[in-house]
Amino acid sequence: MSRIVVITSGKGGVGKTTTAASLASGLARAGFKVAVVDFDVGLRNLDLVMGCERRVVFDFVNVINGDARLNQALIKDKRLGNLSILPASQTRDKEALTEEGVEQVINDLRDQFDYIICDSPAGIERGSHLAAYHADDAIVVTNPEVSSVRDSDRVLGLLASRTRRAERGDAPVQEYLLLTRYDPQRVKRGDMLSVEDVQEILAVSLLGVIPESDVVLNASNAGVPVVLEENTDAGQAYDDAVARYLGDERPHRFLQTERKGLLGRMFGGS
Amino acid sequence: MGIVDFFRARRNRRDSASVAKERLQIIVSHERAEQGGPDYLPMLRQELLEVVRRYVTVDPDAVRVDVERDDSHEVLELNITLPEQQEEV
Repeated sequence: MSRIVVITSGKGGVGKTTTAASLASGLARAGFKVAVVDFDVGLRNLDLVMGCERRVVFDFVNVINGDARLNQALIKDKRLGNLSILPASQTRDKEALTEEGVEQVINDLRDQFDYIICDSPAGIERGSHLAAYHADDAIVVTNPEVSSVRDSDRVLGLLASRTRRAERGDAPVQEYLLLTRYDPQRVKRGDMLSVEDVQEILAVSLLGVIPESDVVLNASNAGVPVVLEENTDAGQAYDDAVARYLGDERPHRFLQTERKGLLGRMFGGS
Repeated sequence: MGIVDFFRARRNRRDSASVAKERLQIIVSHERAEQGGPDYLPMLRQELLEVVRRYVTVDPDAVRVDVERDDSHEVLELNITLPEQQEEV
């Protein structure tokens, strides 16, 4: 039985695509068959973050319209053999994704994959509704910042009322919080909401905390999912989050400021 | 700014994070109460407030409209907080 996971947030620019790429790669590395689907019609970007932008031939909308078969549109990841990417269409027609079309593609993906990761567009319009509609699990990506937290709360409300599970009266979508761009130094100074603050407001189980890190930008520059950067803080934080999603209990890391030694304090800059 | 002022300002300044948390808790609980309710709720609330204000001076927050859902029915809960000393308008 495959599981459908939506990566959502409401607010843009908080790290949905980065998270979708890393969760998909992490699950594939753990041996599962994974498809990651870009729902951001008109603003395709998952391909860039995954480093396969030059290999896009057909896309999600081509499959829905019958211009291509699903397996023609799926791009096999070069690093992980059991990972495939379904790119979004660059059409400006936001109506290009139909409810029936999305359902058909999701059902076809179920036959081939253990996990289907849906990378939602920002907002609470049609595209994000379609991305979330079939979800079994939802990962709400949030920055420790007022507008992001408020939008996340809105999105959690929609997950509870407007998904297929909610409409059918099935068990509710399992919701997880992933806090990204976390800066323990600013939290310590009282300039940034702490992980406890955000958890208290949103009341959702915490999947992980990704520290603010240059590694994330460098990885997307290179088209490598952050989780594969194994010797970095953000990479390890994503790896922990994937393990927790699969049921491992791992302590949260990177929540404290690093204690600098005397030399570090003298020469370490900020 | 003198050094004494500098330290005084630092001590008196509230953490911006705790301001953020407090503001979020208020707005989020407010929005949760309205979420899922019918779209006319904010209008209803506004008009009720106007009617109440014809007789009593109250804060804009004095009228609270909540919808509670049960399996079979919905309850519209209306809460109007009057000031302690009622003034005739």
